[in-house]
Amino acid sequence: MKKKEAINKQKIKDERLRRTRLYVPGNNPAMVQNASIYGADSLIFDLEDSIPLNEKDAARYLVRNALQNLDFSKIEVTVRINSLETEYCLKDLEAIIPTKPDGILLPKTELLEDVLTIDKELARIEKENNLPIGKIQIMPIIESALGVLNIEKIASGPRVTVIGLGGEDLTADIGAKRTKSGKELEYIASRIILACAANKIQAIDTVFTDINDPQGLFEIAKKAIEIGFQGKSIIHPSQVEPVHRAFMPTEIEIAKAEKIVNAYKDSIKRGLGVISVDGRMIDLPVVIRSERILKRAKAGLATDE
Amino acid sequence: MKIERIAQAGSLESCDILITVEPSKPKTGIHIHLESPAVKQFGDRIKSEITEVVKRLEIQNVKIIAIDKGSLEYCIKARTETALRRASGE
Repeated sequence: MKKKEAINKQKIKDERLRRTRLYVPGNNPAMVQNASIYGADSLIFDLEDSIPLNEKDAARYLVRNALQNLDFSKIEVTVRINSLETEYCLKDLEAIIPTKPDGILLPKTELLEDVLTIDKELARIEKENNLPIGKIQIMPIIESALGVLNIEKIASGPRVTVIGLGGEDLTADIGAKRTKSGKELEYIASRIILACAANKIQAIDTVFTDINDPQGLFEIAKKAIEIGFQGKSIIHPSQVEPVHRAFMPTEIEIAKAEKIVNAYKDSIKRGLGVISVDGRMIDLPVVIRSERILKRAKAGLATDE
Repeated sequence: MKIERIAQAGSLESCDILITVEPSKPKTGIHIHLESPAVKQFGDRIKSEITEVVKRLEIQNVKIIAIDKGSLEYCIKARTETALRRASGE
């Protein structure tokens, strides 16, 4: 019991809706300054793979200044830094952390130690800048076989609220072929989802690289949601709509979820221990899932208007 | 910070600015040559934003050529800082 409490204490409570996380190349001012208009739930300003080595410094200062000076309203703002083994990682953190992003995406996370190292650096930089300690989230990306095998530990790490699957590098690392259906990633996806669920954090699916196939994206996003992913990383503004459409629950799902949530509220009001809907007993995880469905429905309806 | 060599940052793409930095002799001060489609409206402002970064990095003498393609303040300052740091050999 004590051990569990200790883990929970380090955890940041986070229930943000992240149906879409849009990657924005960090060295392109036109894309950086327009990033908030496409309706994505979350933005990832990229300092890593989309930036050539001789432009790492330029992207770092551009993103830093953008975060300092531009208004992204209520959209989640995150930055994908360069991985720990590069010389850029620490420089990225030093420049970006003072601008108070919501989170830092850590690519190529393979060990819990990777998360602990970043946590320590974040705490140091937060302290130096008089920021509250522990507010900036760590969002590891799993893109190697070793990372998958350590996912349970990584998911339990401090500040970790979201874990992303990096499907492109991962399939290469395990020697599999990257297919459009993504069947080579099924086991890995399930394992990441399971580890995230056990730690009450979110699992986000990998990117869909064919930007000219919105129907294919819609279908694969549907599948991702069915197995428990709570969002999908996207690489183009045009991918927001198909993914949000995939996340929109059906009317039957919404009606059922409303019934369950209402029954739950009613049972609390009346001090009942047991929730029953249409004669069937309902447990708390089902209530939480229903709340999630309603949240998605609400967000989906808001963009329709 | 001291400017030791020629360096560039930015691009000629829309919303960007290309900043070229050159060393100049002691006591010659800060010189900025600006080309911009909005030079009449915003020329002074762009120059003062560039100057702000130069002063923040404690550079006394430098020549800067800026070709603006409709960039905003955050970008002008980022490109200027990048070019200056590159020129200082950082």
